[in-house]
Amino acid sequence: MSGPACPLPAAEDGVIERGHGGGGAMTARLVADLFRPCFGTAPETPLHDGATLAVGGARLAFTTDSFVVTPLEFPGGDIGSLAVIGTVNDLAMCGATPLSLSAGFILEEGFEIARLRRIAAAMGRAAAAAGVQVVTGDTKVVERGKGDGVYIATAGVGLIPPGVTIGPDQVRPGDTVLLSGDVGRHGIAVMAAREGLGFDPPVASDLACLAPTVAALIAAGVRLHCLRDLTRGGLATALVEIASAAGLELSIETDAVAVSEPVQGACEILGLDPWYVANEGRLVAFVPEPDAARALAILRAQPAGAAAAMIGRVRPAGGRARVLAETIGGARVLDLLSGEQLPRIC
Amino acid sequence: MKYLAEFRDPAAARRLAASIRARVSRPWTIMEICGGQTHSLLRHGIDQMLPEAVTLLHGPGCPVCVTAAEVIDTAIALAAMPGVTLCSFGDMARVPGSAGSLLGARARGADVRMVYSPLDAVALARAAPAREVVFLAVGFETTAPASAIAVLQAEAAGLANFSLLCAHVLVPPAIGALLAAPDNPVQGFLAAGHVCTVMGYDEYEPIARRFGVPIVVTGFEPVDLLHGLLACLTQLEDGRAEVENLYARSVRPGGNAVAQAALRRVFVPAPRIWRGMGEIAASGLDLAPAYAGFDARARFHPAIAAPIGPGPCLSGEILRGRRRPTDCPAFGTACTPDHPLGATMVSSEGACAAYHRYRRTAA
Repeated sequence: MSGPACPLPAAEDGVIERGHGGGGAMTARLVADLFRPCFGTAPETPLHDGATLAVGGARLAFTTDSFVVTPLEFPGGDIGSLAVIGTVNDLAMCGATPLSLSAGFILEEGFEIARLRRIAAAMGRAAAAAGVQVVTGDTKVVERGKGDGVYIATAGVGLIPPGVTIGPDQVRPGDTVLLSGDVGRHGIAVMAAREGLGFDPPVASDLACLAPTVAALIAAGVRLHCLRDLTRGGLATALVEIASAAGLELSIETDAVAVSEPVQGACEILGLDPWYVANEGRLVAFVPEPDAARALAILRAQPAGAAAAMIGRVRPAGGRARVLAETIGGARVLDLLSGEQLPRIC
Repeated sequence: MKYLAEFRDPAAARRLAASIRARVSRPWTIMEICGGQTHSLLRHGIDQMLPEAVTLLHGPGCPVCVTAAEVIDTAIALAAMPGVTLCSFGDMARVPGSAGSLLGARARGADVRMVYSPLDAVALARAAPAREVVFLAVGFETTAPASAIAVLQAEAAGLANFSLLCAHVLVPPAIGALLAAPDNPVQGFLAAGHVCTVMGYDEYEPIARRFGVPIVVTGFEPVDLLHGLLACLTQLEDGRAEVENLYARSVRPGGNAVAQAALRRVFVPAPRIWRGMGEIAASGLDLAPAYAGFDARARFHPAIAAPIGPGPCLSGEILRGRRRPTDCPAFGTACTPDHPLGATMVSSEGACAAYHRYRRTAA
């Protein structure tokens, strides 16, 4: 055998890659190193699902999200319902009552109008169910071949009730971490639909509006320190981001995190970690320990909440800002994914 | 989940770990060949359950890690050719060659598609007769049969626009090369259960005899791995060096005859350069003369610059079990999954990526 030979890769930061939109470390770096400096955002401004704006005497939550999904319709939802519910959920994670949405459409020349009508009707139904109105919008058409049929960008505003302050900076040592259901359904459903992977039984997206869940928690007087809906990057990414923003250590009980058997099976086949697979209807909540049992009862009473659980706690201050998950032999440190999670070879 | 939960049972794992502690009387060094086993060992913390006398070394069994930079450079050169669609397994696409990765090439406009199976690439060739579809055929005996069947399907369908960039590798010659090295530290091997599911384990018998090392066919779950380790350590303590199958729920002695027949028909053994290990005789598979028409290199003559020489990366040492990921001064600092200096940090099955993901102490 000759000696080791492993050449240095060339730097790849010259152009945008798919991983920059993956919600992991590459996205975080793009936001921190490019967008925030260009926008003049103060470095200490917290990164959360939405911004809080003080307007007169009221506090508004303001958020935006863009939706690019292939295929446009998948088991459990479609790009239209996703565009409404995704933004409503981001408002709910600020503790806000969702009020109004905007919807911007980028349509590809040649896209069937009947299909657009189906998508728009799904948006209308999702908005009505969430109690919000789509009040403004925009439509652009790009040349055939320059889009995937339709892209939708939505923005939303909501009203934050007095006394509610939710964010990673509110997380306290000793807080209990709750998870609202099993994880990984949306990512597997979309991947299976896109790649024609026929899992039996098929996996449907967990797409669901979380605003009623948050409203029920607030109405019951649960002191919500932090909420985060688990979207791309999944449970692990949400926990790592919160631990990092809060500067605290989380310990997670691996067995408390529910993964449905079909999702587990798909992940085993594809070599994916379900904790990093996308969801669209699950949240984690950080609450003071005395409120945890009450919060859990409310989560379990929600639709699809049967698998809700207390999954861990915030360790005393002074530890490292990280997430530890227990294993058979010890503990592992959870990390942000680099780029997209890619299926393995063998 | 059936066939999973019982092999991840913490109580069973702890009992096996206790048996290992009771059995081990002196230091032993064992190598698991497969990158999937490396990840499972670290992910579940199995290495932390073993007595200090047992050293685990991580072998060259990550298909992404051992694929030479020259192959990736060739794939990128092919992808850059007009009319060519380059299909690759997903986790190969991020690995750097001498100048960038396939993902980088795609971002710059090359037609690079990620597929789950070489048969997807054949389907693509059938659907797009005006495109030349090249499948980057990497991996061990586990993935090679699917490549062989893709070639047979393309032949049967008369597809003239499908070809392979063939870089398949074989496990037994690599084990032989590791053991033949004069400073070899490895005293026992865990052989990869899925490779043996395809190939059986007859071909390990001469290696175990010649080098006097136990080789234990082992699965991938925590209980499987501890079972395999216990069997291997028991043989070492007893002074035996046998091939033993601890993954009988999947592995038969002769393996999968259909898969092997496809391999024999389409491929022939060939010398192969392993990343970090150099050339090993008869350690790869190339297309047999009857299927040479499916060879992308012969069809397109992709031109690449000479691969650049050794850098600071230790991955060659790591793949041969000489060093551990944490021995590298760049580990976790200059070299991370975001900015990998070598393949062992890029691949989802690479040893450095496993240590970085599961065992890094710095936040």
